[in-house]
Amino acid sequence: MGMSAFSDEQIQRYSRQIILKEVGGKGQRKLLNAQVLVIGAGGLGSPAAVYLAAAGVGTVGIVDFDRVDMSNLHRQILHHTEDVGRLKVESAAETLLRYNPDVTVVRHQEPLTSHNAMSIISPYDVVVNGADNFPTRYLVNDACYLLGKPLVDGCILMFDAQATVFVPGKGCYRCLYPAPPPPGLVPSCAEAGVLGALPGLIGCLQAIETVKLILGIGEPLVSRMLLYDALAADFRQVKLRRDPACPLCGDSPTIRELIDYEEFCGVPIPAALAEH
Amino acid sequence: MSIDIQVDREINLKGEVCPYTFVKSKLALEEMEVGQVLRVIVDHEPAVTNVPRSMENEGQAVLRAAKLNDTDWEIVLRKETE
Repeated sequence: MGMSAFSDEQIQRYSRQIILKEVGGKGQRKLLNAQVLVIGAGGLGSPAAVYLAAAGVGTVGIVDFDRVDMSNLHRQILHHTEDVGRLKVESAAETLLRYNPDVTVVRHQEPLTSHNAMSIISPYDVVVNGADNFPTRYLVNDACYLLGKPLVDGCILMFDAQATVFVPGKGCYRCLYPAPPPPGLVPSCAEAGVLGALPGLIGCLQAIETVKLILGIGEPLVSRMLLYDALAADFRQVKLRRDPACPLCGDSPTIRELIDYEEFCGVPIPAALAEH
Repeated sequence: MSIDIQVDREINLKGEVCPYTFVKSKLALEEMEVGQVLRVIVDHEPAVTNVPRSMENEGQAVLRAAKLNDTDWEIVLRKETE
């Protein structure tokens, strides 16, 4: 490890983060050896994947079965106008490699289901959740808990966003929302809209939390949730606790395997948070 | 400062400018043990003040920063912390 292990190009490319006392050559090596899975090459996944690749995270996996649509472009910065109609994993991989050819991009061009989630997630060190729908959000939460993987979660709709880091044993998405809301109750991005820079901000925050987890520096956003109201320009934090009654990570769990829910999307407001 | 400092490693960074003088010195020091001494040769004058300042910020000891000849300077560092 050390100077001899880096090419001159790498030293130049990563110099501004190697200079950081908390990173250094050892931290840069950890990033280059790290494998991060980004769920969704969309609004959250785009900035997260771009910054992780630019930082030199050695392997970035992208899960997305979809194709680029014109209506994605105001927020999904992995894709460009000429990419409309292409597979998102292809467009994403090309963009990431243009930012940093040091990175290996793994394309998972399939919907995440109860059948493939464990095998797709298990090789990775950290998972970044940029899912735009509840079935995937729950699937990723459950699979990460069952596999013992840290999950860097983000969620946006209209002008509101939430972000947190779930580390197994310190609470999970189901501690907050034990089961998905019924389909149709929460509007989707397509129905309700979203300001493009909002997932940009939250995806960047997810990239930062991921880098912190890989390097083991700072205070990760664990056991607390950051809430951002873009219209009010207001950031708040609420404490999160593991719920002993959680059906997944509680004392008497009832969920021991993955569940496929019916397709729908949006951001739920938990009763416990709505009061704050 | 005395001339008889035991140097464990020397790197020639002539032709390098800031911040690479510091980055490469830092990477070299990372490979060394606490207590060992690194001698860095530079020909970029701002590095003679910038490298020692950055090293002190990281908790490393600057034993010497001196002109060697018309073009070159030496910066002698002792690793104090990982």
